[in-house]
Amino acid sequence: MQWNRKDLLELYDLAPEEIELILDTAAEFKKVSQRRVKKVPALRGKTVVNFFVEPSTRTRVSFELAEQRLSADIVNVQASASSLLKGESLLDTIKNIEALQVDLVVMRHSAPGAQAFIARHLNCGVINAGDGAHGHPTQALLDIFTIREKLGRIKGLNVTIIGDILHSRVARSNMWGLLKLGANVTFAGPSTLVPREFEEVGVRVTNNLEEAVAGADVVNMLRIQHERQTLGFFPSTGEYSRFYGLKEETLKRMKSNVLVMHPGPINRDVELASSVADGDNSVILEQVTNGLAVRMAVLYLVAGCVKK
Amino acid sequence: MKEILLKNARIVDPARQLDVKGDLGIADGKIAAPGKLAKPEVIDLAGKTVVPGFIDVHVHLRQPGNTNAETIKTGCMAAAAGGFTSIVAMPNTKPAADNAGAIELLRSIAAREGVVRVLPCGCMTNGGAGEEMAPIGSLKSAGVVALSDDGRCIQNHALMRHVVEYAKYFELPILDHCEDVALAAGGVMHEGKWSVLLGMNGISSASEELMIARNILLAKQIQWKIHMQHVSTRGGVELLREARKRGIMVTGEATPHHLTLTDECVKHFDTNYKMNPPLRSEDDRQAVIEGIVDGTLSVIATDHAPHTRTAKLVEFDNAPFGIIGLETAFALCYTELVASGRMPLIDLVARMTTGPAAVLGIADYSLAEGNVADLTVLDLDQKYEIDPATFFSQARNTPFGGRAVAGKVAMTLVGGKVVYAGK
Repeated sequence: MQWNRKDLLELYDLAPEEIELILDTAAEFKKVSQRRVKKVPALRGKTVVNFFVEPSTRTRVSFELAEQRLSADIVNVQASASSLLKGESLLDTIKNIEALQVDLVVMRHSAPGAQAFIARHLNCGVINAGDGAHGHPTQALLDIFTIREKLGRIKGLNVTIIGDILHSRVARSNMWGLLKLGANVTFAGPSTLVPREFEEVGVRVTNNLEEAVAGADVVNMLRIQHERQTLGFFPSTGEYSRFYGLKEETLKRMKSNVLVMHPGPINRDVELASSVADGDNSVILEQVTNGLAVRMAVLYLVAGCVKK
Repeated sequence: MKEILLKNARIVDPARQLDVKGDLGIADGKIAAPGKLAKPEVIDLAGKTVVPGFIDVHVHLRQPGNTNAETIKTGCMAAAAGGFTSIVAMPNTKPAADNAGAIELLRSIAAREGVVRVLPCGCMTNGGAGEEMAPIGSLKSAGVVALSDDGRCIQNHALMRHVVEYAKYFELPILDHCEDVALAAGGVMHEGKWSVLLGMNGISSASEELMIARNILLAKQIQWKIHMQHVSTRGGVELLREARKRGIMVTGEATPHHLTLTDECVKHFDTNYKMNPPLRSEDDRQAVIEGIVDGTLSVIATDHAPHTRTAKLVEFDNAPFGIIGLETAFALCYTELVASGRMPLIDLVARMTTGPAAVLGIADYSLAEGNVADLTVLDLDQKYEIDPATFFSQARNTPFGGRAVAGKVAMTLVGGKVVYAGK
């Protein structure tokens, strides 16, 4: 299997073998971060621009560290400081950045498809670090990497994702990746936030937490945003927590080795009880660790396909 | 006196239910008996079809305000190339055509530079903002043929009621963009499987159907004409079918894009698939086709909406709604509806001539002797790929570039004068 894409836009586009290649590559890079000298020269002489048009801390830090550990030169551009505020179009801004002989652009944007749009017009590589509710492929890859590392496989596993599915790029990217690798995917949450249309691509949809977690090998809890409450999607975070928060007593009825995941940042005691977040089944911090390895793998593979 | 004899044509004239081979005479800008012509210029139309000139009740000309995208002149040329001899100019220009002066400006530029008939439409409310009634009587005096806040929809039902009641006295039909704003809030595409998979904000079918239902109720109560622009959902078609059966004065139009494309097209984020109402599901598309076939939707209208390349070359969320349609409408509809065998040519021609004429209250829109010689010549056998580079429109925002179609407009005559003669 050879990697031959200059962009990573969405897992929907990838063949199962391509996803596995990223995971295998990440496993190698994970070893690098465990060494005393945590750096390899894989991207020496390459320039990466982290272009974040939407706020992000953990994803941006993760990408930056991944780039540093691959010895890339890095420039960070924040939307607030960029010329987008002066009315320049996104494409013009990015074309100007590319004209500085940049090799890769890592971009986050609030508009679905923004990366796919600019990638069509660029020679440099584009990595999607989140585009609205559409996709967040490296988050899904690090989730899948963590599951595979912990449970040894993906095929046949029952993976349940709970929360605001409607507005979640994490849920969508996980769905495509997990379905491609043969997992059974369940989406759960309030009926206002879990569209039934996902059934059309083979996802099980339920609004009942007990039903959602029965037989689950993995539960991935999504952050519930207070903003959705003010828009009328559910009555209160208290009621949300009562019906969809993962608590100790629910966990006790689940498989003893179930993995509890969360893409962060956590609303403690809203979608996830503190004791569960910090408990034996939680792999939340390992997800963060693995994120670094997965992003190193993606940067390395994609950079290899950018023509100079 | 200029005389033309169109010889050996197939003549399709829906108003008279005619589909015959024969000759057609033109004298002094009017249709005349071929035998009465003295020394006509003879044009042999063997293999070609002559129909009444198409009427488009839904065109955005962008002048004044956005002449980078389109002008009255280029919009009219595009109309002529598409076989349209009359077009209704939507009033959402900048500034909006909500006063007599704006209508007079439009009419004077159109008279000077337009090659087809430009029929002005005035706003229902000041600025099209949906808050205060526009000076409808003055607009009528200035020459508007209809009223519309197109692009927007009056959300206040009481204000809408008053506008329709007031417009009735001035005999101005209402052309309404049906959209409940709260339900459609933030939407950029049809709400359904594809918006869910793509993570995009959806515009639900209900947001359109709710206002269609509102308009049906008002049309029934007030007994005046409300025309639903760009009907795009199965529910909307069914509401109209039922209302028309009961004799309520409502009509509806379909656009060529809603007859040919679906929401799945959005999956590559090409902004030329972004319009409002959005491309709907395949089931909706079939329902709109059924509506056009059975006459529930009596009008095909383009919603020709020019935008510059710059405006459309952005993230999907940030792109303006709309595509151009004048120069592709007939070929797309002929290919999709007639060449496919779903409806006879005479009915398609009706949806583009007598249907819109009835909405505007134009009587006897036909090729009968004595009528104004607005007519279109079609070459139905010509198969080709749509090439936006050849468009007369100043804009190029179409998703149909490269699409294989049949049926070409060969010639367009307005008042007996050839305004387009093929390429």
